[in-house]
Amino acid sequence: MTKELIPHLFRTEFSRIAAVLVKYLGIGNMEMAEDITSETFLSALETWTYKGIPENPTAWLYVVAKNKAKNYLSRNQVFQQKIVPVLKNSDTVIAEDEIDLSEKNISDSQLQMIFAVCHPSIPAESQIGLALRILCGFGIDEIANAFLTNKETVNKRLFRAREKLRTENIQVEFPQEAELPGRMDAVLLTLYLLFNEGYYSESQDVILREDLCFEAMRLVKLLIDNESTNLPNVNALFALMCFHASRFAARKNDNGEIILYEDQDENLWDRELIARGVYYLHQGSTGNKISRYHLEANIAYWHTIKEDTAEKWETILQLYNHLLTLEYSPIAALNRTFVLSKVKGKGAAIEEAEKLKLDNNHYYFMLLGELYSGIDQSKAKENFEKALHLAKNNSDKALIEKKLTLCQ
Amino acid sequence: MIFRHQDGSKLASPEQMQVWMKQTMDWIGGIAAQNKYVEGNGLPFDDAKVVHHNKTVTNGPFGEIKETLGGYVVVKAASVEEACEFAKGAPVLQGEGNTVEVRKLARR
Repeated sequence: MTKELIPHLFRTEFSRIAAVLVKYLGIGNMEMAEDITSETFLSALETWTYKGIPENPTAWLYVVAKNKAKNYLSRNQVFQQKIVPVLKNSDTVIAEDEIDLSEKNISDSQLQMIFAVCHPSIPAESQIGLALRILCGFGIDEIANAFLTNKETVNKRLFRAREKLRTENIQVEFPQEAELPGRMDAVLLTLYLLFNEGYYSESQDVILREDLCFEAMRLVKLLIDNESTNLPNVNALFALMCFHASRFAARKNDNGEIILYEDQDENLWDRELIARGVYYLHQGSTGNKISRYHLEANIAYWHTIKEDTAEKWETILQLYNHLLTLEYSPIAALNRTFVLSKVKGKGAAIEEAEKLKLDNNHYYFMLLGELYSGIDQSKAKENFEKALHLAKNNSDKALIEKKLTLCQ
Repeated sequence: MIFRHQDGSKLASPEQMQVWMKQTMDWIGGIAAQNKYVEGNGLPFDDAKVVHHNKTVTNGPFGEIKETLGGYVVVKAASVEEACEFAKGAPVLQGEGNTVEVRKLARR
């Protein structure tokens, strides 16, 4: 029982406890807050196995974490008093203020932590690592696995990010109203990247990949549930994530190879997540600003309709046109060109594809190969070979090799 | 790129407008897909006014001038030749007498 309960509580409570502790100990002690939270779960494992599970396990965790934090602070204070002459003054007494464990403070602390972690002064890569650690409670091994790197690299990245928070003196607080839109943009971008990290991760660990996505969704939902951050683009981003997540079961086969959209078994699409996506897309369709998330969510929505109609592809093309004028990305440019082939035929799409000049991108040559298929087999083969040469991971290589055999 | 229309008083039907809008968006999307698009906008005639030298304000710019501005698109182009190649794809050129003027921005 203990063995099942603790991982569950770890998932739900780690980030909440850590957020409250960071708020209490100050951002400079973030690593200590993480350690205390981890130690709390370790204590639970030891104590509960031996003495049995307490009546209210969650409350137990908070009490233990609170005591550990207070001990740390008082020890630290004694230490500081001995070495820092200024603090020799006997007037300095240890702050005895209570840690506020109300539900409101817990969720406020979590929200404020999101803003601190997604501060624009921290590089995006570090933001995502830090978010995984402190906002989602991922272990260093898990983060290393998700990024396909090693523990040392993750630790270094986290160290630099915490240093930056300390030196920039970033506070765990809610941004001023005037700052909110800009800060929200940074938060949403990080959560979007966090989701993509899971969705497009090359990690073989399926559970981990999906966990990453659901954690990103949980954090976006936290923003929706708070009145002042429940903005149209937040709802649109949540809708986008719902639509993508609905295809989890359909987009990879048992060997971890990607199944292309056209070949997916739509019975494996999660209808409930699609319905949630539609709901939040409606919720987000207010105001007069269209964000990239609105456009991407709309594109994802149209993809939940499997049937090929002229209206579907024409609409998606217009959405991509609009998206690219807001925010260029190579993948959007490639997708748009694919959609163009559905609307105006392969010839027109080839003409535009040749202008994209994404010569280091294997998806570019996969697209060209696909467009030339059935029109000019030797050109198709030539492009798939270039793609194979540039592809880095095995699942992409397997896919391209399959396409190459079709060119023979 | 500045779009000039030969006769702005000619009103297109809503269906025609829609087709034209789609074509324009496809053209712009093609430029944006090359990461060469900066910004753009249409300049509708609703509520358009002309302020004259003597500070009188008239409805316009209809009637007295032959050409009107329909909109503009700012692109990143390595040369004026490249910008002209983009301009050649502009749907506005389907109208006889219409032009796309290619100009540099003085400051960026």
